[in-house]
Amino acid sequence: MLWLLFFLVTAIHAELCQPGAENAFKVRLSIRTALGDKAYAWDTNEEYLFKAMVAFSMRKVPNREATEISHVLLCNVTQRVSFWFVVIDPSKNHTLPAVEVQSAIRKNRNRINNAFSLNDQTLEFLKIPSTLAPPTDPSVPIWIIIFGVIFCIVIVAITLLILSGIRQRRRKNKEPSGVDDTEDKCENMITIENGIPCDPLDMKGGHINEAFMTEDERLTPL
Amino acid sequence: MEKARPLWANPLQFVFACISYAVGLGNVWRFPYLCQMYGGGSFLVPYIIMLIVEGMPLLYLELAVGQRMRQGSIGAFRTISPYLSGVGVASVMVSFFLSMYYNVINAWAFWYLFHSFQDPLPWSVCPLNGNRTGYNEECEKASSTQYFWYRKTLNISPSIQENGSVQWEPALCLLLAWLVVYLCILRGTESTGKVVYFTASLPYCVLIIYLVRGLTLHGATNGLMYMFTPKMEQLTNPKAWINAATQIFFSLGLGFGSLIAFASYNEPSSNCQKHAIIVSLINSSTSIFASIVTFSIYGFKATFNYENCLRKVSLLLTNTFDLEDGFLTASNLEEVKGYLASAYPSKYSEVFPHIKNCSLESELDTAVQGTGLAFIVYTEAIKNMEVSQLWSVLYFFMLLMLGIGSMLGNTAAILTPLTDSKIISSHLPKEAISGLVCLISCAIGMVFTTEAGNYWFDIFNDYAATLSLLLIVLVETIAVCYVYGLRRFESDLKAMTGRALSWYWKVMWAGVSPLLIVSLFVFYLSDYILAGTLKYQAWEASQGQLVTKDYPAYALAAIGLLVASSTMCIPLVALGIFVLRCLKRGDAAPVA
Repeated sequence: MLWLLFFLVTAIHAELCQPGAENAFKVRLSIRTALGDKAYAWDTNEEYLFKAMVAFSMRKVPNREATEISHVLLCNVTQRVSFWFVVIDPSKNHTLPAVEVQSAIRKNRNRINNAFSLNDQTLEFLKIPSTLAPPTDPSVPIWIIIFGVIFCIVIVAITLLILSGIRQRRRKNKEPSGVDDTEDKCENMITIENGIPCDPLDMKGGHINEAFMTEDERLTPL
Repeated sequence: MEKARPLWANPLQFVFACISYAVGLGNVWRFPYLCQMYGGGSFLVPYIIMLIVEGMPLLYLELAVGQRMRQGSIGAFRTISPYLSGVGVASVMVSFFLSMYYNVINAWAFWYLFHSFQDPLPWSVCPLNGNRTGYNEECEKASSTQYFWYRKTLNISPSIQENGSVQWEPALCLLLAWLVVYLCILRGTESTGKVVYFTASLPYCVLIIYLVRGLTLHGATNGLMYMFTPKMEQLTNPKAWINAATQIFFSLGLGFGSLIAFASYNEPSSNCQKHAIIVSLINSSTSIFASIVTFSIYGFKATFNYENCLRKVSLLLTNTFDLEDGFLTASNLEEVKGYLASAYPSKYSEVFPHIKNCSLESELDTAVQGTGLAFIVYTEAIKNMEVSQLWSVLYFFMLLMLGIGSMLGNTAAILTPLTDSKIISSHLPKEAISGLVCLISCAIGMVFTTEAGNYWFDIFNDYAATLSLLLIVLVETIAVCYVYGLRRFESDLKAMTGRALSWYWKVMWAGVSPLLIVSLFVFYLSDYILAGTLKYQAWEASQGQLVTKDYPAYALAAIGLLVASSTMCIPLVALGIFVLRCLKRGDAAPVA
């Protein structure tokens, strides 16, 4: 009698979990791609962990706190590694609706990924789209900050150059007017001809005329 | 009393200014494209021949004219013959058009430079769509770098008719670019002379760093071997020779008046022959050097995409047939495909349309030039390198230096005739004239920051300078050799520099170079006439790629106006002077 019940249960279970069955999801793992040399082999212990994670996710759903590991069925495990799973309810005759399972898995996706050291791309639940990470938008875009800095530096440099140019021109404008004043006063003007001041040529008598060679230099020194 | 003409502080500043002006973006984004299209290594043959026959003589001519006449382009040609001052006016007009649209490239370089300080780089990931379950549709169809360029930078409209509004972000960058240019030209040669030390040498530093990095990238040798393998049959293709001549001509920046302006600030005794040879050699070797860097980057990008493609195909097959993960590799892909096709024919035929044929050659074959190369292809390669922020910052900084160096030459070509003219310089100081020119160019340049701005940019890029420059340089050469007199010019140069003019230059100036320019001119004209209506590439957001469209009538009219406004200056000014002289003949005897 017990054997009969056992066979009946497994037969029902086999029907409930089939590729393409109602409320069944296909899972695909790419362990070698994710971990390379540190890849672990997929065996029944890993399957047990998977069932535990799915049961854990379902227990977080209100009304489903009684989900046990035995309520998660796996079938059609291939070399890939890929398999199908369903979650059955405690009465063991029908599967839980796909929508519930989908939302439970989505909410706990991170924990499931971490349990297997995989990520959204290497542990795929087909038909359960993952929520992509939102882009981090700082309050002020970074480029405006850098733009502002360089803009201010350039404006300051331009202002400095223009101001120094104006100052130079004002100084140049003052000099010709200064020269005009002294042109009337001949006495203190020093004209320079050929780089030698003409001053020694007039007024101060008895002065050595530097336009001519001095006595000492006429004879080349020994 | 005449104010002394400002001079370069030392001859090195003059050489650096010429190098900084001549070595520009064209060396980086046009020469590698031409090299790839016209036979790889064998393109160097027509290139070097044209350099010796066309580039060096014409460059020497312009520098000699500037140094002898000691005035900007308008004044220099007025000295040769008053009827020819139209050549100078045409040069100024072309320089004005060029500076209007060229600085937009610097604005884009600033934009990308400022965005390079983020992690991850904004053009490496696609933004998410509305409900965060996937990526933005336009970005999925194109690539993330194309999306960032067409949507985030340009916000391009589907056609030239839809003008859109001015985008404030590129407009700000354009304003900054003009402020930087104004800062550099503010004090004339005093400030320009110091800036060119940086704008001439920094790009080489970056290029050397990139060369080392590029050659050590995975797959770089694929690119180098593919591009430089000479395809000798291209030597018989006339287009290769014409494009070599055109590239030398435009790369040296002849005809804009910038070289005349720079040389006019020289000491009369400086050896401009030596300078001409140095500048042209450095310009060409920079082109070749930049193409080595570009091809190694191409090779890296092509190999990366090829390996990605293989990985995608392997994944598709692994998932469809539930093969063991990691079983399919690049080496056994073909035989496994064959085995699967025979073992599971129905399933294989289902998945077959999705299997792309991955080919390294087709990835390497994508020949791109212009802004597409600089802002799409290069950024795609950079985002796959390690420490991509550093490489990105270096690269766009180099583009900026190249662009600003060329802008300094362009603005010098406009400002030198203006500051030489007594009427203008007596009323306004030098700073105000520079400021006004920058302000007007910036205001008009805002057109290029509208949504259809990139299409207008392409119009200016393709038509503003090409025909006009050829005509200007042709008239210049004829003016110096036949109107002024080649013997007179030769004796002037000998008196000025103390060196006799070699027979080679005389033959080139009087005969070969004008003939070359005439043939280039005829080729361009016939090309435009044979092409019928002119077409342009428009970005289609829904398809995520470029489509070809016809220009509307008013755009064709604008193109015609662009070309006419500079070329017609030459005959119109000559006519105007002739009429003025006839009117004056009644008053006084004309001065010989």
